[in-house]
Amino acid sequence: MAKRNARVSVAGLAVPVRVWAQRFAFLGFVALSFALMLLSKAESSGIERMRLAIVDAVSPILFVLSQPVQAVGQAADSVENLFVVYEENRQLRDENARLVQWVQEARRLGVENATLRAQLEYVPDKRSQFVTARVVADTGGAFFHSLLINAGSRQFIRRGQAVIWQGGLIGRVAEVGERTSRVLLLTDINSRIPVVVESTGDRAIVRGDNSSRPVLQFLPGNSPISPGDRIVTSGHGGVYPPGLVVGAVAQASDTDITVQPFVDWSRLNQAVILDYGVDGILPAPEQVPVAPARRTLGTGQ
Amino acid sequence: MNALSGFTLIRRWLRNLVPVTTTFLFVLVGQLPLPLPTLSDVAPAFALISLYYWAVFRPDLMPYAAVFGLGIVQDAVAGAPFGMYALVYLLVQALVLNQRRFIAGKPFWVFWSAFALVAPIATFAAWILASLARGTFLAPETTLVALVMTIILFPVVAWLLVHAQRRFIGMVEA
Repeated sequence: MAKRNARVSVAGLAVPVRVWAQRFAFLGFVALSFALMLLSKAESSGIERMRLAIVDAVSPILFVLSQPVQAVGQAADSVENLFVVYEENRQLRDENARLVQWVQEARRLGVENATLRAQLEYVPDKRSQFVTARVVADTGGAFFHSLLINAGSRQFIRRGQAVIWQGGLIGRVAEVGERTSRVLLLTDINSRIPVVVESTGDRAIVRGDNSSRPVLQFLPGNSPISPGDRIVTSGHGGVYPPGLVVGAVAQASDTDITVQPFVDWSRLNQAVILDYGVDGILPAPEQVPVAPARRTLGTGQ
Repeated sequence: MNALSGFTLIRRWLRNLVPVTTTFLFVLVGQLPLPLPTLSDVAPAFALISLYYWAVFRPDLMPYAAVFGLGIVQDAVAGAPFGMYALVYLLVQALVLNQRRFIAGKPFWVFWSAFALVAPIATFAAWILASLARGTFLAPETTLVALVMTIILFPVVAWLLVHAQRRFIGMVEA
C-alpha cells in the first residue's frame, strides 16, 4: 500500500521537477552568459583563448560554406563584365598608354634614387613580407566590424599587423588563432589610425564610427583640406607602417571631415597581411623561420 | 536484432540533432562574406529564424544548453562579447516557449506575425547589450534595416526548415 502511494507521488512529481529543472537551466545559463560578458569586458585571456578555439574549429566549415556564395558573386561579376567589356577595354588601353610613360619615369627615378642613396650611405627601409589569406567571415552587422581570415599563427600572423587589399588599408590583426585571425576593420568604432594628409603632410587620426565612412580627427585647425585629398598612414604609434593608403576625404565641413576608404568592401574576398616588423617584440625578420607561402613585396605583387 | 535496434537508435539520435545542426549552420551562414556592398551590414538574422522555428515546433530538441552553445558560437565568430548572443537567444527561447500555445498549430500568418514581434525584441536586446559592451550608443539604422530584412525573409528560411522537419524528424511529440 505504502509502495503504491510512493509510486503515484513520484509520477505526479515528475512534471513539476522537469519544469523546475528547465527553469533552473534557463536561469543558470543566463547567469553564465552575464558572467562571460563581464569577463569579456575585462579582456580576460581565458575568454580570448576560448573564442579563438571556437573560431579555429568552425573556420573550415565557414570556408566550405563561403565557396558557393563566392561562386555566385563571381558569376554575377562575369555577367556584369560582359556588358561593360567594350568600354572597359577602351579605358584600359588609355590607362595602359599612360602607365607605360610612368614605367619609364619610375625606372629613371629608380636609377637616380639608387645613385643618390649610394652617395648618402642611406639606411634602407626594412623590406616588408606578406601573407595572402582568404576572408572566411565578414561579421558585419551594425555592432562589430571585423573579418575572419584563414591564416593564423601557423602562417606567422601576429597581432597588430596591418591588413590591406588591392593597395588600400583594411585594418589590423586583432586576434590570432592557430589557423584563423580576426581583422579589426578601420570602420570599427574601436579603430584609431594615425595618418597624414598626403598633400600637406598634416597629421591626424582616422577614427572608425561603425559607419562606412570613418571620421578624420585632430587635424590642425589651419590645415587646408578639401574632398579628394588622399589620406595615408603616418607610421606614428608603431602599429601601421607609413605610407599605406587609407582613403580620400569624402566630405569636409567645419565640424566634420569624413574619409571614404580606398578599399572596395564588396570585392573583399582576400586580404594581404603585411609584416613590417614594426612592433619590435620579435627578432629581425631574417631570424624568423620563413614559411613557404611568404614572399617579399615586389616579387609576388 | 541487436544491431538493428542499435542502428535505429543511432538514426533517431542523428535525427534529433537536426534542429541544433540547422541552427548552427544558419549561425555560420549569417556571417559569410557577401559579394554585394554594405549587404553584410544588413544581413538578415537567419539563426534567429531557425531558433524561433524549432522553439515553436520541436522545443524538446532545442534545450537551453544547446541554445546557449549556439549563442556562444555566434559570439565567437561575430567578435561580440562572449555571452551576448547567448543571452539574446536564451531570452528568445524562453519567450517563445512561454507563448508557444498561441503559435503552434495556428495558420502560417500567425506564426509569421508572432516572429515579427519576437524579432524586434531580440534585436533590441542585442542592440542594448552591444551598446553597453562598446560603451556608446550604436547607430540603430542598419540594425533596423537588418531587422526588416529578417522579417521579410522569414518565409524562405521557414520553408527550408519545414522541408528539413518533414524529411527528417516529423511533428512534435511532446
